[in-house]
Amino acid sequence: MSALRSLAGWVAAHPVLTFWAFFAVFPFLVPNRSLATQVLIFGLFALGFNLLYGYTGLLSFGHAAYYGLGAYGTGIALAKLHVGSLWIGLAAGLLLAAGGGAIIGFLCLRRRGIYFAMLTLAFAQLLYFVGFHLSDWTGGDDGLRGIPQLTLGLGPWKYSLESTLGFYYFSYVLVGLAVAALKRILDSPFGAVLQAIRENSSRAVACGYDVDRVKHLSFVFSAGFAGLAGALDALRLSVVPIESLYWTTSGQVVMMTLLGGAGTFFGPFVGAATYLILEERLSLFTESWPIVIGAIFSAFVLFLPRGIWGTLIGGIHGRQSA
Amino acid sequence: MPDLSTLLAQVFTGLVLGMIYVLLAIGLSLIFGLMTVVNFAHGALFMLGAYFGVFLLAYTKSFWIALLVAPLMVGVLGLLMERFLIRRLYGRSPDDPLLLTFGLSLILVEGVKVIWGKIGLTLDPPRALAGAVNLGFMAFPAYRLFLIVVIVAVLIGLYFFLGRTNIGLIIRAGSRDPLMVRALGIDLSRVWLLVFGIGSALAGLAGILAGPMRGAYAEMGVTMVIESFVVIVVGGMGSLLGAVVAGLLIGQVVGITTLFLPKAADIMVFVVMAVVLLVRPSGLFGEAGLLE
Repeated sequence: MSALRSLAGWVAAHPVLTFWAFFAVFPFLVPNRSLATQVLIFGLFALGFNLLYGYTGLLSFGHAAYYGLGAYGTGIALAKLHVGSLWIGLAAGLLLAAGGGAIIGFLCLRRRGIYFAMLTLAFAQLLYFVGFHLSDWTGGDDGLRGIPQLTLGLGPWKYSLESTLGFYYFSYVLVGLAVAALKRILDSPFGAVLQAIRENSSRAVACGYDVDRVKHLSFVFSAGFAGLAGALDALRLSVVPIESLYWTTSGQVVMMTLLGGAGTFFGPFVGAATYLILEERLSLFTESWPIVIGAIFSAFVLFLPRGIWGTLIGGIHGRQSA
Repeated sequence: MPDLSTLLAQVFTGLVLGMIYVLLAIGLSLIFGLMTVVNFAHGALFMLGAYFGVFLLAYTKSFWIALLVAPLMVGVLGLLMERFLIRRLYGRSPDDPLLLTFGLSLILVEGVKVIWGKIGLTLDPPRALAGAVNLGFMAFPAYRLFLIVVIVAVLIGLYFFLGRTNIGLIIRAGSRDPLMVRALGIDLSRVWLLVFGIGSALAGLAGILAGPMRGAYAEMGVTMVIESFVVIVVGGMGSLLGAVVAGLLIGQVVGITTLFLPKAADIMVFVVMAVVLLVRPSGLFGEAGLLE
């Protein structure tokens, strides 16, 4: 146990390095490789959610909105607008999600406390209905189909995304960059203010910080990370199902993050892996696997609120930054 | 332009929907006011009200018994949830009960699919209420008129219960200043139980009342609970008058939009919410800063 603790301590001190090292071999540690890519993508989604909930203390129950905006932004750019470049497609998803986050975040932050969760949920539901009805653009109920499989080009260098492993390492690089960016954000003075707001919002105000602006910026960053995850998933599946905007997707990211450990750096990845592996194993036995996941999640809220990773590294919730 | 009787029919349809919103929002608001718990499982309790109704109707062959007993069963389930699960989270962040009830809601929705199957069931209204009533200017389904009457009666009853009885006084005082109420020697934990039971029973009642119009299906509660959140945000949380006015308003918005622009009906609910947030962030009847 103490060896595990000291390993966890090292991991906590070097999160970005750990990410690069661990996920380089990750596809060979899990039984199936497409699961590895899913863990990366949903881990990134949960990472974005965690920036807002775990680090800023704002519980969003509507993160499907930004994940979905990212997926549709990329999907529409590639399938409907036929932009030839994968990079522009990804950027379109990311920007759409961050823009949506800026607008919805502004509205939701007009109410504090528990209202915030209800508002984020409501606005995500609004986007779901918009996506459902704008079927010329989104494919409506059938989902957006026909996202082309493009080859990645960077100057003369070409990289195919067709193989599962090829796509995994493409996601690995992008998610790794996002992880490094998140680490940079959390280590900056801005990141310190975020955590100050979580611990004591009125004290942060008294210290002279523009708390509303910081919260809003955190919301936009969070939406951006979620959007990149959605954009990657659109490429992975080459289709955007309407469910990506549905409240179940919001619930999924909430459960992943809490299972792993909110407010911890690796919690989101641990939670995404736990959730996805549970889902894969359980669905072999029963169609009603959500009951089991719901029960496990409820038990975590009641008895293990720090989550798997948070309990493992043994830090007090909020004190531990890694 | 639709003619006047179509418009009036739609106003009545909106009124019926609004009444169901009011019933759900008042239950949510009561529970939140006393315990600062946002009960995500409220939608699942609504759904269970309809399913218990189907079950009881098949067993007893009487809609009236089902109408009386189904809400009680849901109320008891609510009591158990409060006593054995949610109560453990008081004193922690108000986010935690919301998260827990989200998990519970998942279990209930999937559990119903296991017991009653994935396909929705129908709930027949009693024969006495099967026809239509001629209101002079139009004919309106008798069952929907009955629904309006029942909900109005329940609301009046609730108004007197909260405003005129000792327990009602304790509930109101407890939501204003729980510490003071305890200092006066009142055991608030029993009041929590009672209020959670009442709130849940109201959700169950809304469910069985809605059953004959929309049937019973496992996911029926989720959109309703999200829309009830909207009602609470628009009305101002903790304000019962706000819940009534906002519930009726949202019902009308859906009803009227369905007539003119059917596709936008789901969306308008949220547009109204966004407008209220911009113009009056604390809601129509909410006090700024209350319970935040």
